[in-house]
Amino acid sequence: MAASIASFARETWIVFWRQLRIALRNPAWVIIGLIQPVLYLSLFGPLLEPMAGILGTDNAYAIFVPGLLVQLGLFGALFAGFGLVAEWRAGVIEAERVTPASRTALLLGRVLRDVVQLLVQGVVLIALGFAFGLRASFGGMLYGLALTLLLGAAAACASNALALVTKSEDVMAPLINSIALPLLLLSGILIPMSVGPQWLETISDFVPTKHVVDAIRAAFAGNFGEPILWGTVWAVVIFVVFVIVGTRTFRKENA
Amino acid sequence: MIHARGLARSFTTRKGRERTEVKAVAGVDLDVEAGEIVGFLGPNGAGKTTTLRMLTTLLKPTAGTATVAGFDVATQSEQVRRSIGYVSQSGSTLPEALAGEEVVDHGRLYGISKAQATARGQELFQQLDLDGLWTRNPRAMSGGQRRRLDIAMGLVHDPKLIFLDEPTTGLDPQARANLWQHIGALRTDRGATIFLTTHYLDEADALCDRVLVIDHGVIVASDSPEALKQQVSGDLVELVLTDAAALPRAAAALGALAPGSEPEVDGLVVSLRVPQAGRELAGLLRSLDRDGIALEAIEMRRPTLDDVFLNLTGRSLREEAA
Ligand SMILES: Nc1ncnc2c1ncn2[C@@H]1O[C@H](COP(=O)(O)OP(=O)(O)OP(=O)(O)O)[C@@H](O)[C@H]1O
Ligand SMILES: [Mg+2]
Repeated sequence: MAASIASFARETWIVFWRQLRIALRNPAWVIIGLIQPVLYLSLFGPLLEPMAGILGTDNAYAIFVPGLLVQLGLFGALFAGFGLVAEWRAGVIEAERVTPASRTALLLGRVLRDVVQLLVQGVVLIALGFAFGLRASFGGMLYGLALTLLLGAAAACASNALALVTKSEDVMAPLINSIALPLLLLSGILIPMSVGPQWLETISDFVPTKHVVDAIRAAFAGNFGEPILWGTVWAVVIFVVFVIVGTRTFRKENA
Repeated sequence: MIHARGLARSFTTRKGRERTEVKAVAGVDLDVEAGEIVGFLGPNGAGKTTTLRMLTTLLKPTAGTATVAGFDVATQSEQVRRSIGYVSQSGSTLPEALAGEEVVDHGRLYGISKAQATARGQELFQQLDLDGLWTRNPRAMSGGQRRRLDIAMGLVHDPKLIFLDEPTTGLDPQARANLWQHIGALRTDRGATIFLTTHYLDEADALCDRVLVIDHGVIVASDSPEALKQQVSGDLVELVLTDAAALPRAAAALGALAPGSEPEVDGLVVSLRVPQAGRELAGLLRSLDRDGIALEAIEMRRPTLDDVFLNLTGRSLREEAA
């Protein structure tokens, strides 16, 4: 058992490093990745600041930054699968599938790269938010960041699974857009759903990511109560489900 | 080393609403013993790649069983993977990666250390004429160089059983000859068993102890290249005449060498397969001379695997490959 965990960790690490090396050599990946949080905050922030009153808070950024974190995580990671289609086309996936490496390691090594990217982006976003006037509990921000990473990892797993099933960017792009947009709107990413009409809020209660966003907001507010529990449970559940789904697609015979 | 019984795979392809079933491999029995180099020969679409992908655990058979290196491909796939190396027909490296790093990472996924993978990888680069390309993008390599890189990938962990899917496609004659030599050395120096597919008859002939001929998903012959060629009874003797009037007499003289078979006449050419034609040739020339039959040319061809294929399937491999 211990030996198989060690070899699993080793294989994940090999796949992760390969991915990271290739990504880091691509300047566009690095620059766009870093500019994204800056753009989000500097373009959205001023727009949202006047709304602090409506939301009944004196620190608008404690509400926006958690939303932007999730948007960054979901949007970035959902498109992670595009790279996998290219790898599949080049025969890399088949070459890796013929090795004895764990199928989960082949998936998680890739997801880990996206998580690291998200971590850096998240830290930039929070630091920048701080400069803009964000004030939040430090532990809460760490916890919120951790939840974001978990959600991003789940989204990256889902995206990789979708990539291996469709094997086509042209099929993936519209599919992801039509999933991501309602997900973002109904999760209350920019404005908490509690602001909207009752019927919309009721619908959004069925959207798991909404609970994660609420949990991150609660964590930022230093409010470690029930919302955090539910958000955490959801984040873990979504993550586990998509790791399993993703591993299956890597195992599938014609991937 | 490899034992398959009734191995089969069909695909359903959808075209709109219509579903058609393609029997890519329709029940293959094959046995490869340790230390053999076996060639899998067949035209496009015969089922070579599909068979190889089943034997390497990349594809589940729809029927039949196979054991590879002593393990069942269906239930012990991880042990099978641990025991083999595979070079696929299409590529295996990312265009943006660095060639050497791809090879090292691939080796490490088999559990060997980075140092070991690097050492063996660099040795393979040298042997496969890839020196100096360690830090090159596969994108910036020629087709033949990329093909040799794929081969280095499949060999980096020193597998004892190696599957090569059309390893020499896209290689120039010199690189092909070099690769043949390398494959031969893998057996003699490292005790490897090799199972490779090819379209090239000369390749099977030069390299393989045994050839399996596959057509439409079925193995139609399995023997040494020599024995297969002997099945095509005899060498082809062709007489090119100068005068059509002499055709019947020439045909009779040629026919006398192989009682029971009829010479073929095509224009001014009379041809027949004659067992051990080399011995008969002098006598044939003398009798033609006696009859006053003038020859434009006389040709004798040893049977090739192409003739074998033609004999077995009624089609020529060359037509297919063209
Ligand atoms: N994934 C698939 N879906 C549908 N049909 C397939 C699939 N893979 C292979 N086939 C069909 O199965 C048959 C055998 O294909 P295979 O790739 O095994 O041929 P091959 O002998 O390797 O040919 P080649 O010399 O061209 O490489 C072909 O008719 C092919 O179209
Ligand atoms: Mg093939």
